[in-house]
Amino acid sequence: MSPVNYVGKSLPRGDAREKVTGRAVYINDLKRPGMLYGKILYSQQAHARIKNIDTTKAARLPGVRAVLTGEDIPDIPLGFMRDNRPLKKGKVRSYRDEIVAVAAISPEIAAEALELVEVEYEPLPAVFTPQDALADGAPLIHELDARNKPVKSNKLKLPWRLICGDVDQARGKSAYVAQGRYRTTWVNHCCLGTSGVIAEFDLNRNLTMYSITQIPYLAQNDYLAALKAMGLKDSQVRIRCQTIGGGFGSKLDTHCYEFIAILLANATGRPVKIQFSREEEFLAQATRQPAIMEITQGCDAEGRLTFRDVHMVLDNGAYTSWGATTPSVMMVPISSLYRVPNVRFVAESVYTNNLYSQAMRGYGNPQATFAVESNIDQLAEEAGIDPVEFRLLNANQSNEITPQKFKITTCGLSECLEKVRDSLGWQQHRKAKAAGETSTGYKARGQGVASLIHVGGGARVYRSDGHGMIMKLDDFGKLKVFTGAVEIGQGVDTVLRQMAADSVGMRIEDVDIVSHDTDICPWDVGTHASRQTFIAGNAACHCGREIRRKVFELAAGQLNRDPEELDMFDSVVYVRDAPREPGQRLPPADSGDRIPLAKLLRKAHFSTGGTMVMAEVFYDPPNQMLDREFKGNLSCSWAFGTTGVEVEVDLKTGHVEILKYFAAHDVGASMNPMLLEGQVYGAAVMGSGYALSEEVRLREGRMVNGNFLDYKMLTALDKVPVTPIIVETFDSAGPYGAKGVGEPGCVPSAPAIANAIYDAIGVRLDSLPMTPENVLAALKERFPDS
Amino acid sequence: MKRMIEFELNGQQVTAEVDGGDLLLSVLRDQFDLYGVKESCGAGECGACTVIIDGRAVTSCLYPAMEAEGRSVTTIEGLAQPDGTLHPIQESFIEKGAVQCGFCTPGNVLSAKALLDKNPDPSEQEIRTAIAGNLCRCTGYHQIVEAISHAAGRKS
Repeated sequence: MSPVNYVGKSLPRGDAREKVTGRAVYINDLKRPGMLYGKILYSQQAHARIKNIDTTKAARLPGVRAVLTGEDIPDIPLGFMRDNRPLKKGKVRSYRDEIVAVAAISPEIAAEALELVEVEYEPLPAVFTPQDALADGAPLIHELDARNKPVKSNKLKLPWRLICGDVDQARGKSAYVAQGRYRTTWVNHCCLGTSGVIAEFDLNRNLTMYSITQIPYLAQNDYLAALKAMGLKDSQVRIRCQTIGGGFGSKLDTHCYEFIAILLANATGRPVKIQFSREEEFLAQATRQPAIMEITQGCDAEGRLTFRDVHMVLDNGAYTSWGATTPSVMMVPISSLYRVPNVRFVAESVYTNNLYSQAMRGYGNPQATFAVESNIDQLAEEAGIDPVEFRLLNANQSNEITPQKFKITTCGLSECLEKVRDSLGWQQHRKAKAAGETSTGYKARGQGVASLIHVGGGARVYRSDGHGMIMKLDDFGKLKVFTGAVEIGQGVDTVLRQMAADSVGMRIEDVDIVSHDTDICPWDVGTHASRQTFIAGNAACHCGREIRRKVFELAAGQLNRDPEELDMFDSVVYVRDAPREPGQRLPPADSGDRIPLAKLLRKAHFSTGGTMVMAEVFYDPPNQMLDREFKGNLSCSWAFGTTGVEVEVDLKTGHVEILKYFAAHDVGASMNPMLLEGQVYGAAVMGSGYALSEEVRLREGRMVNGNFLDYKMLTALDKVPVTPIIVETFDSAGPYGAKGVGEPGCVPSAPAIANAIYDAIGVRLDSLPMTPENVLAALKERFPDS
Repeated sequence: MKRMIEFELNGQQVTAEVDGGDLLLSVLRDQFDLYGVKESCGAGECGACTVIIDGRAVTSCLYPAMEAEGRSVTTIEGLAQPDGTLHPIQESFIEKGAVQCGFCTPGNVLSAKALLDKNPDPSEQEIRTAIAGNLCRCTGYHQIVEAISHAAGRKS
């Protein structure tokens, strides 16, 4: 391995210059020659039979090139349970259902055409809560399953059941038991760049998708299946990702609008762009999954956890996405946050006529951790133990195996807890509280903590967790790194550049990342599960080593040495033991003991029997898929963290102000502190919005706040004073010791804030978001006479 | 009804044929190919389309194009020097990690410029107020505030 020169430094992003000058091209900015504009008509009913759709007026509007309904297209099953279609046929199941699509020469004409479409509905009884959907005689959202067999219930045939040890027995032996019921709601990813795509066929009927997907290679597969259904069985698909205006999990599925663009492009023979408005983004983009969570935990007389028992009901909405599998990640904190020997987790997902849900940063972990960590505080109080001490007593340790069979190799949880405790001034606050000094007039201060465990070394969600990478040295000694990783703003390109430069021994200016094109870049399973720094980073280390080996073989002849005697630094190959000036890493330029990479490569190319220097690697980490019991080492390293907050609650208005916010993260090793802190800041604020203000409000399935005035994302004025605390445990499985960190920051925000609110006012907020209205309502319920 | 208007755009006098209903955002993007002016909400709520008009940060998605007549409009494309030298605020955004996905970045940079042109030494609260209309989903604002503060000449 070459010396570390760039890894660990706060280097600015490679794409920052393009972004601060407005030069970066997002899908919103892209046009193709001859392009048409597609628009989608959504349902005006939550649940209804489609009796008739009259598109004749729309089709006659000048400038309209195609009008499609569910009747005009082949059957293209979409979604995790294959229960969705690009355009709905026969009936609609939610207000977000796509029923008609048009392509026209301008977006205005396309929109006008949609207004000319007449749809006749026959309304059906609808259900908007999982309870109603599970009631006897509830209307069925889907009458048939994916195999066209009749179904009897709205319950998804996707049971989640994790059993470790014997919960009932452990409960009987517990000294203290605490029970809670928690709810979370729908939230939107709110990517500032709205969704869009251009579908374009060439004359050979091959398809190019100008796209913003986080999963280009899995999307390729989905689109190929659609093309096959359209009769285009020999067509190929190329995906070219544009600059992506935010991901956060919203691009981990292929979505209806993408298939609609393909269908319209096929119908018209022209490239078709579909670009969402903000309202459409709120309406048609699936949300984070809402959950109703019942939890009971117990501990012995000393405070050691004895069992954790969790039952969840998830409102799936009308269709499944990959998000239907979020319980698989909810299991992570439920089974393995703190040492708890006996665990039971049962979850059921239920179809309703609401908007459907999908992956979002943390993938179920924020919901589950809200229940687990709120309930830990309840249990600590029951046992009369300080909440931080209680957590320290039960904290995971390095080199342990959890009940779900996760192998915890390195664990900085105790350090995170201690650092957050000390930074908060936890003991001083306790004393002040005991002395009655934490509330004055109508304001009360409180502190709370919550921790997290998340996958930090990839996640074997699919049979492969692999990543392909190619490195190529060009004629000028520049390194091109071809990767399947997608840059969604998280900074993977920059971190990969640092790792590639160091693993080869090059100047970072000589290294470029080539990505976002499935025709050019090798396969990768997707940009999800906080995996790219770890997975693509490992690929970069392996691939870089291979490049070095080849370079040294070439240079050996030039320098008359054995390859083993050579090293490389700053893009110069040199003899390791050659004499050099004091303080110089490289031998003198005229010594004959060194050769610049560029010169070496030209010699390699321009010689008889010449050669080139390329390397490839397919890195697939040694992690495991969960088995039939949902057990196995899903990730080959595990990320931990603790968030501690101090809040001030205004008892008159219910407003919660965050006075302190410490976010400690065991990241393995910091690859780029500035980018790492950027992830922590951003996730903490996203998590705080989830805790305090954000909610997609549905009234009988209809979204009523699909805009940024009524949907309350935190603004710069809602200051969350985040202080990142970076804990390094140097996990040997990670590249340069790193673990993933993209998602973890938003996981413990809500329970830490809820615990602090409880500490301040003695009222436990059990539903998100904890808006001023909800805080006041909870206060009134708890203290009806005051 | 269409009408020719004349205004200053990034330091140059330009003319544009605009309709009464045309918004400045679409005129800048469609007639002048200034794609750094981003549309995200179309309702003046997110600030991605911010431009500077006569020294004030304005959401161009609500601004009638005709109102630009005789005014001076600066978009993100007008900040760097022709030789590529970046404006100090742009440099600060790069150095301080204030950019992630980048979609809100032009708007945030321009709101910062409108602030610093008037108030070269703003407090953190003044900075936060100036960008309160510029939503960012990635950064949590911290590094943006830091970048603006840094650009104002303070060490943060």
